[in-house]
Amino acid sequence: MSKKPTKKKHEVETTGHQWDGIEEYNNPLPKWWLYTFYVCIIWGIGYSIAMPAWPIFKSGSTPGLLGSSTRANVQADIDKFAAMNKPVQEKLVAANLDDISSDPELKNFTQNAGGAVFRTWCAQCHGAGAGGNSRLGYPNLLDSDWLWGGTMEDIHYTVTHGIRNETDPDEEARFSQMPAFGKDEILSKEEIDQVVQYVRKISGQDNDANLAAAGETVFMDNCSACHAEDGTGDQAQGAPNLTDAIWLYGGDVDTITYTVTNARYGVMPNWNERLSEADIRAVASYVHSLGGGQ
Amino acid sequence: MGLLDKHSVLERNATLLLIFAFLVVTIGGIVEIAPLFYLENVIEKVEGVRPYTPLELTGRDVYIREGCYLCHSQMIRPMRDEVERYGHYSLAAESQYDHPFQWGSKRTGPDLARVGGRYSDAWHVDHLTNPQSVVPESVMPKYGFLANRMIDGRYISDRLETDKMVGVPYDSDMIANAKADLAAQADPNSDYDGLMERYPNATNVRNFDGRPGLSEMDALIAYLQVLGTMVDFSTFQPVASR
Repeated sequence: MSKKPTKKKHEVETTGHQWDGIEEYNNPLPKWWLYTFYVCIIWGIGYSIAMPAWPIFKSGSTPGLLGSSTRANVQADIDKFAAMNKPVQEKLVAANLDDISSDPELKNFTQNAGGAVFRTWCAQCHGAGAGGNSRLGYPNLLDSDWLWGGTMEDIHYTVTHGIRNETDPDEEARFSQMPAFGKDEILSKEEIDQVVQYVRKISGQDNDANLAAAGETVFMDNCSACHAEDGTGDQAQGAPNLTDAIWLYGGDVDTITYTVTNARYGVMPNWNERLSEADIRAVASYVHSLGGGQ
Repeated sequence: MGLLDKHSVLERNATLLLIFAFLVVTIGGIVEIAPLFYLENVIEKVEGVRPYTPLELTGRDVYIREGCYLCHSQMIRPMRDEVERYGHYSLAAESQYDHPFQWGSKRTGPDLARVGGRYSDAWHVDHLTNPQSVVPESVMPKYGFLANRMIDGRYISDRLETDKMVGVPYDSDMIANAKADLAAQADPNSDYDGLMERYPNATNVRNFDGRPGLSEMDALIAYLQVLGTMVDFSTFQPVASR
């Protein structure tokens, strides 16, 4: 069916190859392609003059006429937004901690900026909704049960220096350590069972009355120095209130037994190296406003 | 046209074409690679970066073996959003002892270049054991078995030697004490003065997984907790020409 090649208007020269009567045309490149190619070459030369390109110096490459620098660009970008926030951040840093929530401008700013800081840096442990994790020991920040105090000043300090970490450059992390009563053989297995039942009793849960009665002595001798004689805890030492229904690791017999036996050692990082003072104040104010702030 | 017309000589001779193609590729390669050896700002000098301790190096091997890099990169790019989320952008010097490096922009999981110190050890144990227990929306698999896989450090000296061969400055003292250093870093009750002397900067000595014995969990957490903590950025001045 194929037709014989008709005679062309412009006869194109062939490459001279020939096999079994088949010849190869030597067509020139399409003009649009060729000129685009030349433009690319010229643009490339211009680009290497305008932008950092030629590695001819030992200290680096030619800087380029436009002086472009990735690092300068990102710094400029950061500075731009920092400048926009600067007035309100300066006001925030200068403000008295307790006055932040009563100033509408600061309140509005800390709700948004502090919320963003919280979701970026805090949510991994305390949860996106700040509800904590009552099984793994990440405190709930929504309630009014505070380990180390719930005033603005307390929260600000905790966020700044953290808890039981070794990384705070000021070495001012909040610190306390519960003894491992079972592991270090301070209490016998029997005494631990007794004190666990006593803790169940003062927290208003089902308990074995006989064991709990014996446990009261154990509690007064070993636990009351930190958790107070009535078991309500001591925020100066981060000793939890044991009489309420809020538990850091759990209030069932097995968990309390584990806690008394092995002790707990919850660590919170210090944020003074990663966050600015304004960010710390913003997130402290945000947490303070979540419901439990005192 | 003269010279340009002679390309048919190359096109008709396969060996000659191979030789000239090789020459062209070689020139291209030299132009791209050679400057990296004499430019001073390829790896700008920063203070604080040290080789990994034996325990961190073991943890790094676990990290690579488990394919963590398939979802997590270790390279904070110089962009505002990344710098504000993860911290100061990464410097080449920070991964100069990484073989292989963990650069990339794969962000199925967050970038880990500065994860060190961001979470407590206990959080890492909880998270590696069951990621959804702390981050409900996470798609990360569980790695709790690492806590049951104990390490004895039988080959740790050889491991350091291998890195030394490719240019990591482990000295003979570090290699000779590798096994002792490996155990000491996860045991705060041990005598770890030697370890701190050999690796003075940013070295954490803790029982990372909170359990007795030296497990892969200890090693991995030791590695994660040192990531991005070696350079003190409060004193860092970026080179303007970059």
